[in-house]
Amino acid sequence: MASPVPPPTSPTATGIPVAVRGLRKSFGDQAVLKGVDLDIRAGEVFVLMGPSGSGKSVFLRHLIGLEAPDSGEILLGGELATSEGLGERYRLAMVFQSGGLLNSLTVAENVGLYLSEHQLKPTAEIARIVAEKLAAVRLEPSVAAKYPTELSGGMRKRVAIARALVTDPQLVLFDEPTSELDPLVALAIGREIVGLNHRTGATIVVVTHDRDLAFGIADRIAFLDGGEIAAIGTPAEMRASRHPLLQLFLAADFKPE
Amino acid sequence: MFQNFGEMLLLFVAVGRALPRVWRERRKVAEQLFDIGNASLFMACTLSLFIGGVLALQTGPVLVERGLGSALGGLVALGLCKELAPVMMAVLIAGRIGSAMAAELGSMRVYQEIDALRTLNINPVHYLVLPRVVAISLALPCLVVFANLVGWMGGAIVSLLNDRIAVSWSGYFGNIRETVDFSDVANGLVKSFVFAVVIGVVSCHQGLTTLGGPRGVGRSVTKAVVNSLVLILLLDYVLTRMLLPFDKGWRF
Repeated sequence: MASPVPPPTSPTATGIPVAVRGLRKSFGDQAVLKGVDLDIRAGEVFVLMGPSGSGKSVFLRHLIGLEAPDSGEILLGGELATSEGLGERYRLAMVFQSGGLLNSLTVAENVGLYLSEHQLKPTAEIARIVAEKLAAVRLEPSVAAKYPTELSGGMRKRVAIARALVTDPQLVLFDEPTSELDPLVALAIGREIVGLNHRTGATIVVVTHDRDLAFGIADRIAFLDGGEIAAIGTPAEMRASRHPLLQLFLAADFKPE
Repeated sequence: MFQNFGEMLLLFVAVGRALPRVWRERRKVAEQLFDIGNASLFMACTLSLFIGGVLALQTGPVLVERGLGSALGGLVALGLCKELAPVMMAVLIAGRIGSAMAAELGSMRVYQEIDALRTLNINPVHYLVLPRVVAISLALPCLVVFANLVGWMGGAIVSLLNDRIAVSWSGYFGNIRETVDFSDVANGLVKSFVFAVVIGVVSCHQGLTTLGGPRGVGRSVTKAVVNSLVLILLLDYVLTRMLLPFDKGWRF
């Protein structure tokens, strides 16, 4: 069921729109994505849900260019995602399931890595920006000198978000942002994601099978089943959907027999 | 195997094209150099001492029986600087440093650190591979210089103290001065430089292409060391043949 794309939430939205046309991907004989079509509007919080193995993470990796499709197109801000130098024209960021922090660098070095490697700012300015971004995700200044292996899972996720913020991204991708986190920390991460969208207007795409997170933060949700979009709509439309697997997915609760 | 070889060749070309960035990455090169030297120098010197000693022990008595004991110093020195030092140091570095490089990059691949670099528009070849290949290319020839000196010393000690050899200190080193010249030492240094590039590229390639979690990291480490050793031994013959025309007194 296709939902009409509503207007941008904020007149100052700096996010970029994403369009996916006929995306197909196989690994050997295993077809993972079987023709995905999607439109994600600028500045929206878009959640992609689905059972394990449905192709959610593979889809996300295509958006940021970590995978190349077998066929189909991905357009970021109207340009093909495989275009030369896209990373220089649009600011993209991704927060990985495990955080993706470099364990050989301190938290401060991780957060400032984009600026220091591309020599975009002097050292003192980078330090100031790093402190500002760590404060934005509610991390104590003392965390800056620690290494990722000394942090809890929730803290690593926040550092990864701070690293994403440094680039002032127009598109931010989250891969299972609340996996391995307790409910309270998951709630805090969800609020960080919404806060990021409200502060910057960035387009946010979240891949998750956490129903509470999805329905708590999404402007729209798509349900991926067997490599295809089975349903798409606002949270209310998705709850009312009659798709059988989606109904099972939303209703699944552990009850002892 | 041929696909792997092609990919390694592409990585080598990518590293070559990135060489103008070396000055910018000098801090990382220095860190890698310190790690390599710190991990290897003591063992390199210890190995060389014994290699020089064994070489003198095996050849000394044979030469002395034939009245050629005065040639022992030159024989040990040439054997070390042209062949044994570069090859044995390359084997040591492949096992100790090459394996560590493959393991580190393999872990980074498994835990999505390499992907994170790409999303930050940071080229993993520039950030990770270039500093390692440059550092190992500088470190291995330096280690070979140490290996030569310590190995010659090991040969001198055994020559002096072994009753069946009993070549004096001055006789041993005097013969080295007469026999060995700069082209002989340079021969070994050229070989060691080539071996170093091979170890760096092969190990980094295996790390960057790791699949399959922690077990995959183990497999990558094994393949990095084995592939490096095979290529070192193959290239040793090729390089020896290519460098022969530069030997003084060499004739076809």
